[in-house]
Parts: sequence; structure tokens; C-alpha cells
Amino acid sequence: MRERTIEEINEKIKKGTVVVLTAEEVIEMAKEEGYAKAAEKVDVVTTGTFGPMCSSGIIINFGHPVPRIKKSRVWLNDVPAYGGLAAVDLYLGATAIPENDPANTNYPGEFKYGGGHVIEDLVSGKDILLYAEGYGTDCYPRKELETYININTINEVILFNPRNCYQNYNVAVNLSNRTIYTYMGVLKPNLGNANYCSAGQLSPLLKDPLYETIGVGTRIFLGGGIGYVAWWGTQHSPAVPRNELGIPKVPAGTLALIGDLKQMSPKWLRGASIRGYGVSLAVGVGIPIPILNEEIFRRASASDEEITAPVVDYSDAYPNRKSEILAEVTYAQLKSGEIEVLGKKVPTASLSSYYKAKEIATILKNWIKEGKFLLTKPVEPLPGPESGMKTKPCEIRKPYTEEL
Amino acid sequence: MKARLVLRFPPLLVDQPVVYKLIKDYNLVFNILRADITPDSEGLMVLEIEGDENDFKQGLEYLEKRGVKVQPLSQDVVMIEELCTHCGACVVHCPTGALYYDEERRVLFASEKCVACEICVEICPYRAMEVRLE
Ligand code: SF4
Ligand code: SF4
Repeated sequence: MRERTIEEINEKIKKGTVVVLTAEEVIEMAKEEGYAKAAEKVDVVTTGTFGPMCSSGIIINFGHPVPRIKKSRVWLNDVPAYGGLAAVDLYLGATAIPENDPANTNYPGEFKYGGGHVIEDLVSGKDILLYAEGYGTDCYPRKELETYININTINEVILFNPRNCYQNYNVAVNLSNRTIYTYMGVLKPNLGNANYCSAGQLSPLLKDPLYETIGVGTRIFLGGGIGYVAWWGTQHSPAVPRNELGIPKVPAGTLALIGDLKQMSPKWLRGASIRGYGVSLAVGVGIPIPILNEEIFRRASASDEEITAPVVDYSDAYPNRKSEILAEVTYAQLKSGEIEVLGKKVPTASLSSYYKAKEIATILKNWIKEGKFLLTKPVEPLPGPESGMKTKPCEIRKPYTEEL
Repeated sequence: MKARLVLRFPPLLVDQPVVYKLIKDYNLVFNILRADITPDSEGLMVLEIEGDENDFKQGLEYLEKRGVKVQPLSQDVVMIEELCTHCGACVVHCPTGALYYDEERRVLFASEKCVACEICVEICPYRAMEVRLE
């Protein structure tokens, strides 16, 4: 096919002649018409994902009271936020929980309310109780502040998620003989169930596995509004084993995302209480893939049969960072409801919502078709497999002790 | 008629074929939705029983005479649809198939199959499953 440019695609969007398919629809089309022919026709493929993404949070500037305060410690609805930035800026992380939450002292903890829920309440327009302490200075004399805030009274609220959209993820199982409560859900003993957490064939980074179109600055659907890829995500690890299409076989790339929370909706940002683990935030993300050439199209039309995930034991291998992989399964097998691990048939469950992922890909498709969303060229590419970049572990060094 | 009932057996009855009698002598059809019977302690069974109204009454009288406490299933688990994200984390844990995926991979709740075991209430991260006392 003749190569396309982002500019050409944007012209088509403005004229209303752009051809956009979701990452699911395009699989069907490629099967029927062949990759070469289908690639000629399709300008954009939209992806989507909706699941708990623990490395998420918000930056708030709540405005200056009279007299002013330079807060050093701050809480929102009793959930501690980070106050070590300027006077009235704060960062609230999705997994923060109130100091008086019983957590896992009454195992498995319920984790009824935390950072993820504050974010959901804020985006819903609810009042949030802000409590702040400062030590008092000549320019910021106030030492204590207690007030309600909501999304309309504060200056900025920016969703800034250091790590979202994991490119592929583990399938969690439990080889031990007791039920375990993990961030991958409740795992019944002796391979009782296998939990996975990826939209597979709809998932953004699985459809642009070599980061050919998604990069720093890419405009995206984030939490129901428009956001951007800010950087590569923390633990971005592109140099991992991949299949013939370049799709990683284990968790690999990640994205740091940013956007204005005021545009977003509680439909796509949901606080999650994960039994025995803690609080998280389910985030809805959709990313368009411009079909610039046939290779990009081929990868964007990869199906669940072509994408595999590693099965990992969360009773021992995961917590103790052993690299043992029990099996490799396809997303098609995972979605069939049952996989085989160590000769045993194991029922599967998903933590990420395929149904919602599809809804997001469809919304983004409509935005583009209606001319409301233009595509962007990355300002900077993400480090790819050739960068050799890999997540580093934390090797524990003993504190320095002076020998006598 | 059809009803969902909670049966509580005194310890000495646990190993007797009371339930079997219901089929044989009272023509009642039933579905065991949940059974928790351990020797030396009270047994608990949740049954869906179906049959002729008369047979039904007599069957219940028989059970009560034998010391079985019978109560209608008074607790219901409901799905709050607007809170459900259709992730499916609950599906694999539901013992009766009351929670299931449709072809669109939407998670649906068949309340008639639910035995109010509350497993999904514990598992759902979004509090979409809730216990309602009648
Ligand atoms: S776990 Fe909760 S949100 Fe997920 S499908 Fe079940 S009821 Fe819906
Ligand atoms: S309470 Fe939940 S898990 Fe238990 S039977 Fe009903 S739907 Fe299934």
C-alpha cells in the first residue's frame, strides 16, 4: 500500500471521509479481505482498556485561603495525600488509605475507601473534606485548614498516572493450599482459578507493540475526556521476549498518562476495593493507531489467538520474585473460560472489563469520525526493544555499618 | 408452586434421609442450592422446592415435625447494574452460575439461580453486588 501520513489522516477526519474501525472490528475485516487489501481501506484503528491501574493519582491546586497556609500534611476525606509541593498543591495517589483503616489486620481487609474513591467522588462533583496542617511562616501564617472542596472550587485537578496501560500482563494462579487475596483478585487454592487483567486484542500497547505510532505527546481518550501520553510509564520494559509480530510475551511497555480531570467522568474512573489487597482506581483509556503502513496494520489487527500471556504463581513465584512461568496461554484461551496449567483445567476470570474496553474503542472511533478528535504525531518516540531498556529490581544493600 | 427455603437440621437428624422422603412421599421436586452439613452440628440447606400446593404444605409439615426449622430464603443478593463494570472477577467464584457472561462479554445476573452465599459481595471491587434483607 501507499504509505499514509498523520496529516493526510487528519485532513480526512476534517472532511468526514476517514475510515475508522475498532481493534476488534479490524480483525474481522482483515480475515475477510486479507491484510493488504484491508490496510488500504482503514485509516485508524481504535483501542481501549478499562481495569484497575494502581499507579494513578491526581494533582490538585486548591487555591489560597485567608490567611494563607503552606500545608505540609494534607488529607482528603481522611485519605492522606502528599503535601510536599508548594503551598496549596498536592498529589493524591489511588492506593492511599486512611491511617485508621484496619487494612489487613482483619484479614482479608475490605479497604472500603481510599484514594481511588476520592478521585471517583471528586470527578462525580461531590464535596470532599480537605484537612491540612502547616507549620506557619511569615508569608503563610495559617497552621490549620478544614474546608470542603469540590471539582468546581479548585483551580486545577490533573489526573497524572505514572504507569498505566501495561503492555500485556501475568495470569495469576495460586499453587498453595489456602485462598490468597492479591491485586490480581481472590485466588482459590490448588489452581482453583486463573485471573488475568488485559483487554487482549483491544489493548492499546498490544496493538502497537513496537511503539511505532504511540509516543510522548500522543492524544488519547482518558477517563472520558481527552488526555495525553506524558512519558513512558514507570517500569517500562521493552527489551523482553516477543513473538513474530513483535508482541511481548510478558509484561513489557507502560505509559505515563496525563489529562484534565475536569473533563472526565466517573463512568471511566472508578474507585476499586480489592479484598485483602487495597484500594485502586479503574481507569478507562483509549488510544488511536494511525495506519501509516501495512506492517502497522498487520500488528493492529492481531487477534486474541496471536497474543499470549504468562501464567505465574502468586503464592510464591510472584511475591518472592522468582521468574518461573508455569504456562503460556493465548487471550483466546483465557476468554474461553478455561485454561490448562500443569495438566489441570483451571477456570479463568478477568479483572479488566472487555465490555468496557470495547465501549471506549467505539466512543473514540465516533469522536474521530465526527471530527472531534484529531490524531497526533509523537513528539518523542518511546524507548523500544532496541533500547535494551529493562525494569531493574531493587537489590537490597545493607546499611553501612562501621567496623570496630 | 415453587419456593426457595432455608432448612436447618438439628444434629441428630443430619444423617437421616429426610430430604429423600420429600421426593418419595410428597412428590416434591427440588434443587439443592447450598448444603452445609457437618456431623455433630446443625446442618443447613438451601433448597428450591417445586410441587403441588397440597404436597408442598404436607412436605413442610413433615419436615417441621422431624425438627427441621424451615424459613423462606429471606436474604437476597442483588446486582446494582450501574455499578457493575462487567469485568467478570465474580463469575469464576459464583458457585451456581448466577453470574455469567453473555456473547457481548457483559456480565449478567440470574437472580433465580442465586443462593445468597455472598461470595460475589466480598469479591466485587466496585460494590456492585449487595445484600438486601427482605
Ligand atoms: S465483579 Fe463486580 S463489577 Fe465485576 S462483573 Fe462482577 S459484579 Fe460486575
Ligand atoms: S451470592 Fe453471588 S456468588 Fe453467591 S450465588 Fe448469588 S450471585 Fe453467585
